[in-house]
Amino acid sequence: MHLACILPEVILTLAGVLIMLVDPLLPRTASRKPTGWFSVLAMVAAFAASAWQLHLAPGTAYYGVVQTDAFSVFFHLLICGTVLVALLAAIDSVRPEAHDMGEFFALILLGTVGMLLMTSAVELLLVFIGLEISSISTYILAGFRRRSGKSIEASIKYFLLGSFATAFFLYGIALTFGATGTTRIAAIAAALPHTTTPILAWTAVGLILIGLGFKVSAAPFHVWTPDVYEGAPSPVVALMSTAPKAAAFAVLLRIFYGAYPSIQQHWWSLFWVLAAVSMTLGNLAALRQQSVKRMLAYSSIAHAGYLLVAFTSFSLQGIAAASFYALCYVAMNVGIFAVISHVGGYDDHLWSITDYRGLAYRSPVLCGAMAFFLLSLIGIPFTGGFFAKFYVFSAALQQGMFGLAIIGLINSGIAAFYYLRLLTALYSKPAQGSPVLAVPRMSITLGLAILLSASATLLLGVVPRSSLDLAQRGAGTLFQTGHPAQAAVQVVNDAPSQ
Amino acid sequence: MHLWPLAVYLVIVVMLVVAMLGLSFVLGQRHHNRATGTPYESGILSQGSARVRLSAKFYLVAMFFVIFDLEAVFIFAWAIAVRETGWTGYAEAMGFIAVLLATLVYLWRVGALDWRQGSRRVVA
Amino acid sequence: MVVPIAYYLVLSAILFSIGVAAFLIKRNIITVFMSIELMLNAVNLTFVAFAHQWHQVSGQIFVFFVMVVAAAEAAVGLAIIIAIFRARNTLNVDQVNLMKL
Repeated sequence: MHLACILPEVILTLAGVLIMLVDPLLPRTASRKPTGWFSVLAMVAAFAASAWQLHLAPGTAYYGVVQTDAFSVFFHLLICGTVLVALLAAIDSVRPEAHDMGEFFALILLGTVGMLLMTSAVELLLVFIGLEISSISTYILAGFRRRSGKSIEASIKYFLLGSFATAFFLYGIALTFGATGTTRIAAIAAALPHTTTPILAWTAVGLILIGLGFKVSAAPFHVWTPDVYEGAPSPVVALMSTAPKAAAFAVLLRIFYGAYPSIQQHWWSLFWVLAAVSMTLGNLAALRQQSVKRMLAYSSIAHAGYLLVAFTSFSLQGIAAASFYALCYVAMNVGIFAVISHVGGYDDHLWSITDYRGLAYRSPVLCGAMAFFLLSLIGIPFTGGFFAKFYVFSAALQQGMFGLAIIGLINSGIAAFYYLRLLTALYSKPAQGSPVLAVPRMSITLGLAILLSASATLLLGVVPRSSLDLAQRGAGTLFQTGHPAQAAVQVVNDAPSQ
Repeated sequence: MHLWPLAVYLVIVVMLVVAMLGLSFVLGQRHHNRATGTPYESGILSQGSARVRLSAKFYLVAMFFVIFDLEAVFIFAWAIAVRETGWTGYAEAMGFIAVLLATLVYLWRVGALDWRQGSRRVVA
Repeated sequence: MVVPIAYYLVLSAILFSIGVAAFLIKRNIITVFMSIELMLNAVNLTFVAFAHQWHQVSGQIFVFFVMVVAAAEAAVGLAIIIAIFRARNTLNVDQVNLMKL
């Protein structure tokens, strides 16, 4: 049954369209909270549908355009769970009486459809459409605080650089099509070793990496990240710093391991450079930030760098480590932004690290959650962040990437400085004479959001086995399809000696 | 080479243009009156600047046209393959059109299609 | 006379590069946005040329989708541009700088 393969997407599409239809019928002054609850419900249903897909036999549907396998299910669960937390955090932190909130939730649902499609697509056309669905809805969400100049500015910067990146990604697809005559990922892998114009494929790899590098905000394609995170509303940042990035990483894995394994010797060094530059630049720039959101933006660039380390090890462990890292990263990041969206307020009136001084005395529970997420971002044991880094670096070491592993470890040390700076601010007495701004009471939905992300981060740090197993199964489906091309690696390597 | 007719044609075109412009230059009269430099030499006075700010309403209508117009491409593509795709294709095309209709209903309900001043619920 | 595919590829590469250069140099947001459209059209040309070379219709179909998505992107982009003009009364990228880049 074809529909079973895209069931989560279908559920979310129907729910999103329904909200768009019902929302204008509600009276102008009516609360839009029910649409928020409805979207939470739809997201739970999509999560359940994804989990159910695990019991389906892996296979393709709709003429081989989408593929349901352990890899796609892993990222489906990851994305649905993250968006669920982001939705819960958004319901109360944005003004529920505002009449455009229906659109807000509908855009989140429809954007999630795009992200889900990205992870299950095995045809580059569908990857492109999924990428655009998710990007276009995030462009709008970034500018949702229309009255604020900063929000609109974030929106336009995100839009211009995002479309710029899309053009590069598309050009890469076009050149791949030129080299192989197809846009199916499996067919590309089969045709690539016999191509008469390998130069097209090499250029395509570079262009696709530039395009997706923008989407995952890897340095040197990161320039938009700090501004967009600072300007966009925090509940939206909780969403867009996590789920679309995870989807873009899934696409990177799917394309590079699924379609281009035979020219692996041409692209792994690109990933090496990208990973090293992202880690170093992200961490060094984060050291001198005053704004909490900007600091976390640079930290997310650094985390993209750690994740890219896993790409350089051309192995099953590497893919599994990358997927697992993505899972831990979204769990802690969505959590910390949920806290920030509450503490900072919808209009970001508390933004700098000094504003967060003494949060422990005003709101100990929120502060404890934030401290826990910060510890996980550092990579302290018993948090998801620890195992994530551990697996990534051990995958890199297994393949003999000593240089990169050392750069990564040094960077983890640097990163501890700025996380600890925020952490000590949280627990130090507020400065004398500075106005103490009250933090409003935490709502139940926000508490639930923080509880979900905190327990996910904790579980990943204590019993990572089951999620790691699923990540490994997913990696297996990806590497298995790469097997014919594995043989091709030998062919390409032998070619010059003939 | 079979390009010589083209060359002859080009030469004739250039000659014709030169002749027309040259003859009117030689034979035509020249005058310089008060109204010669104005946009309408017939005497109508132009009002205001040409750089008028147009209402964003025009942008909305243009955008709706472009989007709905382009979506029609997929319906055309289905139309030429309607027999091959069968009932599955029919169902999917209907789903596609249903989503388009839902969009139209949404636009209508939020007042984006309303042309009167001040009656819209959303400001673009 | 058949035009070799290399001509198409060179032309589209030139168009794409002009788009990239204009994106980086131009200061008006609308012009910057137009340069992105130029890049997308360069990609479309590449697709059509390769579709012709491979005798595959899938390249042409890709162009359809690129066009539709570009229209959706244009709608959203122009709406954001209108919003920024209302907030700031300028369309110069150098003056859209509340946050340092």
